[in-house]
Amino acid sequence: MAVVNLHNIIYKYPLTNTPVLKNINLQVEDGEFVAIVGPNGAGKSTLCYTIAGFVPHFFKGEMTGTVEVLGIESQNSSLHEWVLNVGLAFQNPFNQISGAKYTVFEEIAFGLENIGIPRDEMISRVEEAMKLTGISDLADRSPYSLSGGQQQRVALTSILVMQPKVLVLDEPTSQMDPIGTREVFVAIHKMAEQGMTVIMVEHKVEWIAHFVDRVIALKDGQVILEGTPDEVLTSSLLEESGFGISRYTSVARKAQQMGLWHSDSLPITLEEAVDGFSKVVAK
Amino acid sequence: MKIEIRDLHFSYPTGVEALQGITLTIESGEQVAIVGQNGAGKTTLVKHLNALLLPTSGEVRIGGWDTKSQSVAKLARRVGYVFQNPDEQLFSKNVEAEVAFGPNNLKLDKEQVQRLVEDALTMTELSDKRETNPYDLSPTWRKMVALASVISMDTDIVVFDEPTTGQDAMSIARIANVIKTLRQRGKTVITITHDIDFCAENFERVIALSQGKVLLDGKTNDVLGQDEILATTYVDPPQLTRLGKRLGFKNTVRNQEEFLTVLKKEKSTYLS
Repeated sequence: MAVVNLHNIIYKYPLTNTPVLKNINLQVEDGEFVAIVGPNGAGKSTLCYTIAGFVPHFFKGEMTGTVEVLGIESQNSSLHEWVLNVGLAFQNPFNQISGAKYTVFEEIAFGLENIGIPRDEMISRVEEAMKLTGISDLADRSPYSLSGGQQQRVALTSILVMQPKVLVLDEPTSQMDPIGTREVFVAIHKMAEQGMTVIMVEHKVEWIAHFVDRVIALKDGQVILEGTPDEVLTSSLLEESGFGISRYTSVARKAQQMGLWHSDSLPITLEEAVDGFSKVVAK
Repeated sequence: MKIEIRDLHFSYPTGVEALQGITLTIESGEQVAIVGQNGAGKTTLVKHLNALLLPTSGEVRIGGWDTKSQSVAKLARRVGYVFQNPDEQLFSKNVEAEVAFGPNNLKLDKEQVQRLVEDALTMTELSDKRETNPYDLSPTWRKMVALASVISMDTDIVVFDEPTTGQDAMSIARIANVIKTLRQRGKTVITITHDIDFCAENFERVIALSQGKVLLDGKTNDVLGQDEILATTYVDPPQLTRLGKRLGFKNTVRNQEEFLTVLKKEKSTYLS
C-alpha cells in the first residue's frame, strides 16, 4: 500500500515566477526506504517540505496537485495534525534546534511535550531514541555547545523520538564524520525494517547503494530517473546532471574505455569494484 | 606566513578540554586538510588561528605574532576564516556588498576594494549574482558567498571549515578550483573536511585529530594509507585507496589517475 502519494505536484514559492516542482508524481510504499538524489537546485528540499506539509502550509506559495499521506490530503489537514504522521529533519540542524531548551535531553523531549505525552513515557522514549543514534553521553550538554555533527544527531533524534509513520530526512549526515554517517544509516535502516517509511535526500552514493530500496533522481523540479540503486546510481544521465557518482563507478567507466573492466554493469560499492577489478589483476 | 602552534591546550568554560597539547608548524603556502571525528577539536583548533579563541595554555604564532597579544581585527588581515555554517556570517543586502564588507573594513582605497571584490566574485563564479540578496540564494550558493567574502580580504592564510558539506559534484569542483587558484597565488589554505575523497584529491598534507590531539600528520598518501589508525578517529580512507588496498596494490593510491596507472601495470605483469 502506498503510504505517500504525490499526484501532479506543481509548486511555486511566493513572489517567484518559475515553479520549483514541475509535475511530480511519486508513490512510496509502507516501510520502504527511498533516497532522493540530484544536483543542487533540483528541488530536493522543496520536495521534502511538500511531503512534510510545510509546503504549502508554512511557506505559502502556489501548489496544484495533491499530497496524500495515509490517505489524508495535506491541503485538508493542518500542519499540527500533519506532523503527528510525518517527521522532517532539516538540512541545517542549526535551523531546527528550538532555542528554548538548556539540555539535549530537554530538546529531544520538546516535540513529545507539545503533543502531551505522559512524563514517564516521554523519559523512556527520549532515552531509547538517544541510544539508537548514539548520543546518550550528550544528554546534559547544551544543544548550542555541540559540534556540527553532534547537533545534527540531536536534530535527527528529536524527530525519531516522535515515532512518525513517515520520516523525511534532508541530508541528515551532511556534517557527520564517515563512521558517524554509517551509524546513522544503520539506525535509519533499522527503523525502516521496523515499518517506518523513510524518504531521504542524500549525496553519499556509497551509503545509498548499501541501504536503500529505491532511488529517485530529480533535476530541474522533475523526476529524471527512478529505480533500484544499481539502475539509477550508475546511470550516465545522473552523472551528466551534475550529481556526483561513486568513485568506484567513475573509475570503472574509465577503465572500461581502456579495456581494463570486463563486466557490462558498473560497480557502486567497494565490494562490487573489488569483484570486477580482481578479475583484471587476477594472480 | 608561517603558523606555529606550541603545546596548545584549550578548555571550554563548561570544563570540556577540547585541545590537549597540539604542536605543529604550517609553512607559508602549504595546503593542509584537517580530518577527524565529530568533536575531535577541529573547529576549536582553527578558531585559534585568528584569535576567536585564545589558548588556555601554550601559544599560537601567526607570522611571528603571538595571537594573545593581537586583536581579532588585526589578525583578520592575516587569517581569513570561512565558517562551517554560512548563515552565521552573511548579513548584507546583496552579494556584492557582502563581499565588499571585509576589504572596506581594512580601509583599502576604493579601487583596490573594487578589484578584490571582482576577483573574488569571478573565482567563486558569483559575478551574475552580485545584485541578489544572499538569503534568496540556495544554501549551495550562500556557501560560495561566504567563501568570496573571505577571499576578498586577500589574507595570506585562508581557513575553510567544511566547505563541501551538502554540495553536489559540480559545486565541489568549483570549490576545488578556488583552492587551486589560492595555491597558485602562494596562499596557505587550511581546510577542515569530512569528505575524505575531496581531501585526497586536493591536499598535499593531512592532519588527523582525535580527542584534542594530533593523531597523524604527514603527506596525504602516507596518512590516508593508515586505515587502522584513521579508524580510531572515525575516518575511512578514500574510496580508491580502499579499493587499491583490497586489490593488493603495494603503494597507496588516492585518485583515479594513480589507481589506473597501477591497474595498468598490474595487468601487464599478469599478461607477461
